[in-house]
Amino acid sequence: MNDDQNQHYYKSLTRRIIVTMVVVSVIPLLLISGTIRYFFQVSYQEKVQDHLKVLIKKHRQNIDTFLSEKLANIKELGESYTFEELSNEAVLAERLKVLQEVYGRSFVDLGVVDEQGIQIAYAGPFKLRLADYSKAAWFNAALHNETYISDVFPGKRGIPHFIVTVLNEHAGKKWILRATVDFDSFNSLVENLRMGETGFAFILNRKGELQTKPRTEIVASTEPYASFLASNDALGEDVLLTDMPSKSGQDVIYVLSRLKNGDWILAFQQTAEDAYSALYTARRIALIIFALGVLCIVAVAVVLTRRVVARIMSADREKQMLNERVIEAGKLASLGELAAGIAHEINNPVAVMVEEAGWIQDLLEEEDLKESKNLEEFKQSLKQIRLQGVRCKEITHKLLSFARKTDPRPRDVQLNELVDEVVNLCQQRARYATVKINTELDPQLPPVHASPTEMQQVIMNLINNSLDAIDGRGGVVEVKTSTQDDYVVLEVGDNGPGIPEAYLPRIFDPFFTTKPVGKGTGLGLSICYGIITKMGGKISVSSAIEVGTTFHIRIPING
Amino acid sequence: MANDGERSSRIKLLLVDDEEAYVRILAKRLTRRNFEVTTAFSGVAGIQAARKEDFDVAVLDLKMEDVDGIEVLKVFKRMAPDMEVIMLTGHGSEQAAREGIQFGAFDYLTKPCELEDLIVKINEASGKHRQSSE
Repeated sequence: MNDDQNQHYYKSLTRRIIVTMVVVSVIPLLLISGTIRYFFQVSYQEKVQDHLKVLIKKHRQNIDTFLSEKLANIKELGESYTFEELSNEAVLAERLKVLQEVYGRSFVDLGVVDEQGIQIAYAGPFKLRLADYSKAAWFNAALHNETYISDVFPGKRGIPHFIVTVLNEHAGKKWILRATVDFDSFNSLVENLRMGETGFAFILNRKGELQTKPRTEIVASTEPYASFLASNDALGEDVLLTDMPSKSGQDVIYVLSRLKNGDWILAFQQTAEDAYSALYTARRIALIIFALGVLCIVAVAVVLTRRVVARIMSADREKQMLNERVIEAGKLASLGELAAGIAHEINNPVAVMVEEAGWIQDLLEEEDLKESKNLEEFKQSLKQIRLQGVRCKEITHKLLSFARKTDPRPRDVQLNELVDEVVNLCQQRARYATVKINTELDPQLPPVHASPTEMQQVIMNLINNSLDAIDGRGGVVEVKTSTQDDYVVLEVGDNGPGIPEAYLPRIFDPFFTTKPVGKGTGLGLSICYGIITKMGGKISVSSAIEVGTTFHIRIPING
Repeated sequence: MANDGERSSRIKLLLVDDEEAYVRILAKRLTRRNFEVTTAFSGVAGIQAARKEDFDVAVLDLKMEDVDGIEVLKVFKRMAPDMEVIMLTGHGSEQAAREGIQFGAFDYLTKPCELEDLIVKINEASGKHRQSSE
């Protein structure tokens, strides 16, 4: 039950820490990346749109320049030569040749048309001499304008083209010099305007008719063309940029601008996805990085939290165990005090008993009792009473020797005597454990400055540990004293199972025990360590598995 | 008790211990061994007895209910500096006995002690007492 509660507690602790860590880490990440994403998107879109506008303006200028250049060529021709000269087809052909040499193939043909719309002279690849243009739309317009550029139309030749005309007068009669501009060379001006995968440009006239060949089919009646065509406002430099979904659902950017004094519209369109492809790529990368970041945060939070909680768990457990052991040690201490108290109290009655027996013995010496036939029996009984009294005395003495409140003050002690005392005390236990305790004591051993009770405790702990280690399997415990340089050496060894190497560094730690709970306090060796180091000595251990363990104690002689 | 010679040959003892049974039997046995024994069953009674009479040797238990043995010893040494004091202590309380020796006690024995050991100590103490008295 308690364990379940603990498990639940640690699980909810883990959950809380993970959630807190993730939320605290992700929220700033989200805010920062959201802000950056928004501003980056806005500025990038602005940049792309500005770029498109500039591009369209530049191309509009190019196209306008192209058209006005063609017009200027023709105008110059009309002014430089007389009607008679140009009516001569040989001269016209020669001029065309010169123009073509200078301006490439953009001029297809030249023609001179009279007031009635009859082409009286023609130079070019087609046979259009004396062709009648009186019904042609451009002719009417040309007749009323000094210069004129027509829309693209198939005309008599059946090939899309447009013409530029210049109106002149000769002998009171109007005549028109016209030139056909090659569609391909004009078309290439617009066709070159391409962006990315989907961006392309084209030209529409007022009626919404295509003046160039666009890459995909354009329906001029759809928005935004229709409204732009219908309105007359945006003349001149204005460039309109709108962004609306197409029929297929994709966002498309439209850039529109007027050409040729508003007669034509230069249009550019590109899908938003294509135009902002770099932005979208950056966005995708950022999203992936963000996702990875969140993943990392979650992973780190989970791993770290598990570790931290595991630490907390083990710390809690250690604390709990420590508490239990402290209680145990306390119990043991009070048990020792109780034993000492009992020993003290028993001393007096035992003393009385022994003396009473002595008194009877004294009385038996009197002559009248000497005759009694049971005199020998009396004497035997009294001797036994005295003997058992002495045994009681010895038991209480031993108990008191190891009780707590004994004298810890150091004085010169003979280690050999202490060893003998302790070994005697342990003999009983050793017999039960079928262990033989051998002593090898140096008779020349100098005294050491130590507290006898503490030294007894050390020897007692070591011998008891050895007995515990052998644990009823039978064996030998060797206790040796010797002198080495300025040290008295005490060795307590056994032929028990030995201490595993992994435990060796910890055996002197307080509360470290390999004995089952309740059997050992884990304090014995640490107390020994404390006592020996306090008096300037050293305690060490050598152990081999299945061979045995020996504790070595070195105490300075003049410490 | 009749003449001076006998009086001087018998050693006058004061036994102080709150364990009455022990004091009584010890007194009996010591009397039989030709000591002149007076008993006191508490520290206070011991001091009163010492005030009334002079003793050669006192046997004093250090652990008594009413007054601590060491305190009784100090009073004895002030009242009758010539009276030698042998202390009885429990085993493991030798520190108190060593303290007692510093305050002028003759020696100590751990309780329960052999009667013969006590007699030896008493004789040693009275020998010293006689010497210092002379």
